[in-house]
Amino acid sequence: MAMSPALPRTSAPPRWQDYVQLLKPRVMSLVIFTAITGMVCADSSVNPILGAIAIFCIAVGAGASAAFNMWYDADIDAKMRRTRARPVPSGKVQGSDALAMGGVLSMFSVMLLGMTTNWMAAGLLAFTIFFYAVVYTMWLKRSTPQNIVIGGLAGALPPVIGWAAATGTAPLNAWLLCAIIFMWTPPHFWALSLYTSEDYEKAGVPMMPVTAGAASTRKQILIYSLLFVPLCIVPVFTGLGGLTYLAVAGLGGLVFLVLAWRVFKSRAGEAAGERNDDGLYDVKGGSKDARNLFAFSILYLTLLFATLLAEHALGLPGVGVL
Amino acid sequence: MSEPKPDPTIEARARRGRNIALALGLVLFVVLVFVVTVVRMGGNVGLRPL
Repeated sequence: MAMSPALPRTSAPPRWQDYVQLLKPRVMSLVIFTAITGMVCADSSVNPILGAIAIFCIAVGAGASAAFNMWYDADIDAKMRRTRARPVPSGKVQGSDALAMGGVLSMFSVMLLGMTTNWMAAGLLAFTIFFYAVVYTMWLKRSTPQNIVIGGLAGALPPVIGWAAATGTAPLNAWLLCAIIFMWTPPHFWALSLYTSEDYEKAGVPMMPVTAGAASTRKQILIYSLLFVPLCIVPVFTGLGGLTYLAVAGLGGLVFLVLAWRVFKSRAGEAAGERNDDGLYDVKGGSKDARNLFAFSILYLTLLFATLLAEHALGLPGVGVL
Repeated sequence: MSEPKPDPTIEARARRGRNIALALGLVLFVVLVFVVTVVRMGGNVGLRPL
């Protein structure tokens, strides 16, 4: 087992709010948003009650995989500023409790999603939990700098699950939504890791800036951005996105590429101590370019999915030339 | 090494909060299964052969 036996214990008893924190509510909100987008983009008439319960199950499944992650990664979470206040490394909740919670919620979410919608959606949810907890957390994260590239699949699957919950199928457009999030993950996460690499190094996590250096990471951010932005335009050709989406994806994509270019030309990640406190945005020096790309990447992905959601909810036609 | 002892009042209040949260979770689960059953059966009741 990977957990350190030297984790601190606090005298304060665990509160129910500490168990909620095990579910990573902020990540869960992104999962809910992308799963709803997948469900709405399927353009299928879903009973609203069953649809809401399906989204609830997908959110709980994401929370379960987060609890597994908190249990297994408690030792490295304790060494990093960004994660050391989490319930397990801070001693508020025991690791075994996080493990039990992950197991119970996994079974609950998968079984209820299968009963509510169909077993394809439930199977995809089970695979997502397994991929995040076992493939990413237990295997890739500690062994390869490609950890977040491959592991990003777990975060990219919720729109496919939402689509499958609505229709029982996962067509090309559902996987296109998955591909967009998948290709978004490396520039997003590596931009963050450029100015948090000291933490990852201390914890022994082989993030790209730690193993390949800042210059190589900046180059790979640019390469992935050059692949990611054109991919965001593809939904227009498959009939998934309309003219509004085209405008958002095109203009936002240009900004994304400019910011990625600035990161490439900067010295982000080269100097130590450019991060001022425990927050993710208070940085100085060359890391400001990386911080700007990290922040804009969140906004861009949100805008892309919000536009698709709005277009399909309002019944606006896609362009669709393929 | 002896572990620090929590305040009994705070301990009881935290335990009560956890118990209520667990009870609400169980009630929610029962309600969800009931609602799913009713909604999924509902559309088929009228279609069954009489």
